[in-house]
Amino acid sequence: MTRQMTGAQMVVQALKDQGVDTVFGYPGGAVLPIYDEIFQQNEIRHILVRHEQGAAHAAEGYARSTGKPGVVLVTSGPGATNAVTGMTDALMDSIPLVVLTGQVPTFMIGTDGFQEADTVGITRPCTKHNWLVKDTDKLAEILHQAFHVARSGRPGPVLVDIPKDVQFANGAYVEPAKARTGHYQPQVKGDIEAISTLVEAMEKAQRPLFYTGGGVINSGNGACQLLRELVDATGFPITSTLMGLGAYPASGKNWIGMLGMHGTYEANLAMHDCDLMINVGARFDDRITGRIPDFSPKSKKAHIDIDASSINKVIHVEIPILGDVGHVLEDALKIWKSRGRKTHAAGVRKWWGKINEWQAVKCLTYKNSDKLIKPQFAVQRLEALTKDMDRYVTTEVGQHQMWAAQFLGFQEPHRWMTSGGLGTMGYGFPASIGVQIAHPDALVINVAGDASFLMNMQEMGTAVQYDLPVKQFILNNERLGMVRQWQELLHGERYSHSWSESLPDFVKLAEAFGAKGIYCDDPRNLDDAINEMIKHDGPVIMDCVVEKHANCFPMIPSGKPHNEMLLGEADTTGAIADGGAVLV
Amino acid sequence: MSALKLKKGTSRKSAYDLKSTLGDTVETHTIAVLVDNEAGVLARVIGLFSGRGYNIESLTVAEVDHTGHLSRITIVTTGTPAVIVQIKAQLARMVPVHEVHDLTVEGPSVERELAMLKVAGTGDKRVEAMRLADIFRAAVVDTTLESFVFEITGTPEKIDAFVDLMHPLGLVEIARTGVAAMLRGA
Repeated sequence: MTRQMTGAQMVVQALKDQGVDTVFGYPGGAVLPIYDEIFQQNEIRHILVRHEQGAAHAAEGYARSTGKPGVVLVTSGPGATNAVTGMTDALMDSIPLVVLTGQVPTFMIGTDGFQEADTVGITRPCTKHNWLVKDTDKLAEILHQAFHVARSGRPGPVLVDIPKDVQFANGAYVEPAKARTGHYQPQVKGDIEAISTLVEAMEKAQRPLFYTGGGVINSGNGACQLLRELVDATGFPITSTLMGLGAYPASGKNWIGMLGMHGTYEANLAMHDCDLMINVGARFDDRITGRIPDFSPKSKKAHIDIDASSINKVIHVEIPILGDVGHVLEDALKIWKSRGRKTHAAGVRKWWGKINEWQAVKCLTYKNSDKLIKPQFAVQRLEALTKDMDRYVTTEVGQHQMWAAQFLGFQEPHRWMTSGGLGTMGYGFPASIGVQIAHPDALVINVAGDASFLMNMQEMGTAVQYDLPVKQFILNNERLGMVRQWQELLHGERYSHSWSESLPDFVKLAEAFGAKGIYCDDPRNLDDAINEMIKHDGPVIMDCVVEKHANCFPMIPSGKPHNEMLLGEADTTGAIADGGAVLV
Repeated sequence: MSALKLKKGTSRKSAYDLKSTLGDTVETHTIAVLVDNEAGVLARVIGLFSGRGYNIESLTVAEVDHTGHLSRITIVTTGTPAVIVQIKAQLARMVPVHEVHDLTVEGPSVERELAMLKVAGTGDKRVEAMRLADIFRAAVVDTTLESFVFEITGTPEKIDAFVDLMHPLGLVEIARTGVAAMLRGA
């Protein structure tokens, strides 16, 4: 027997049936029927953000820290367009989001109605898939399909655009089990022949390296466990992208740090010199590869990815394996064990000798000061004082993000939320709200810059309203630090619009919202300030005033290969050639 | 023909067809895509091509299975072997896409296009246009004392040749459908 209900009731029912406990949203004319239904129930918690971009990023934070899809509910027109950045961010970083938008009634579509926008048209390139629902009878099934698509294969954002008359009209509700999820069933099992080829290559490799990415985390905790088992059993070194931090523990004995533009010396040189690169759920992003013709010239490359379009997109690989990381690693381990757990022990030992030499360079060293807080020192102290806590970290985008990635250690997946692919300033604060909603008792810190924080600071209202004790740790250099760094390196130190004029007093800003503000500009007081921030039971903005002209090193200048890294405050003039200057 | 050694129908299920893609010669491929016939599906496909900078030489689309709500899109595109493989992988991962077939690789295939040409003129030119149309087996679907509308079906190359010949004979208007293509054999 089918249940008849209104479209608005279907939305709430479908969310419940999909196991949704939290929705991040902002009401408006075209979603009023749905908000009316939300008002009349208690199972789904609605978090009222202060801007729709905040809703999308909060849902991303929720999703990244739980592995479940984040749900966003916004109105038509500006509600939808404001969420576009969050959806694009989620698409680049493979984060499952289900975004529900209101739309003008079907009979008004195309008339340039009030708050009308072509939402499915605008969001087509920034979602995995989207739907405009014109018939209430189809709504429930589409909602279930939306969750299926968001979760399946390479996860990503989906959008369902629901005209207001469809929300009011009656229709038949379809249970999730009865919804046709169609032909969209991405392949998860890898080809055994290809996996065997990989195992054979692993047995012979003298300079092997695991290069892992966010795909491991998306594949689930099981995949992370299998990765750890495989890495520890083979004794191969492992590096990870920004997105993959925590899949293998930072304290693990084979960990050689993050790779990429601001990755460690040892990780990047290992990438350059390895003879077998095993890419597990990463995508050869340009922050990783540097100059493509010089990328790891001597290695045989394997690539495990659930998305066929990621394989051979940028870098040609000899051993492509299409499938889910967890499934493929399970088979690889099984095959490797059954063939006698072989590795080229002498070669790998020699390889570690080389890596240890690179590690001895201590590429993250910086010159500390007893007068000014160095940003690296601030993050180091944050790590020292919080590493044993039940801690989740989000970041904004820029230098502080890279320092956080370099100096914070992640022992578990889902603990590190950062905007990797899109590089969205303004991501971290709302994301920290989403994380705190999902983990109410955990310590949630957003490592921020002064400029990034301002991009979504209105969410202080959300943090205070829901009493979310998120800690905004602002490394305040009164600069757009990364922009300034690039201007120094390749635009003749002409610092065009890269300073933060007229910054607010962050302590007063916090207090104006009813939160706590902490100011610190003296390295001797830093520990006390951080401890005060952690201990305060409520939202905190900590204005940590740091040295203004610190640069983030190591750095692979754009257009350069891995083995031409800049290490610290050496002479950096002319480090980037004309060809590199056109790159981002 | 292509330098790719792809197994038949592998573009959706397998990544192993991605091996021999190192080459920088630009090739022309005809790709058949079976999609759900739903609103916006063509915009998705076209958006993929424009968004990622791929070429579209021609594109045709029409419903081919009314009960199954399936449409067939035939795209003629150009690119290096690596780009062609990317195009197929990008198409295959779209949610409404059921099948992707590279007819150039899976071939041999038959390609046909229909064109209508309006040729205006009198006297010798008119007679010559009619004579050439006969040679090309073009049908006359409309005529006045001063014009013909020819309908011609064939490969794009054949139509190109016919168009070239009609130019000096008073060609005033062309409408072409783009390529429809199908594998030979059962």
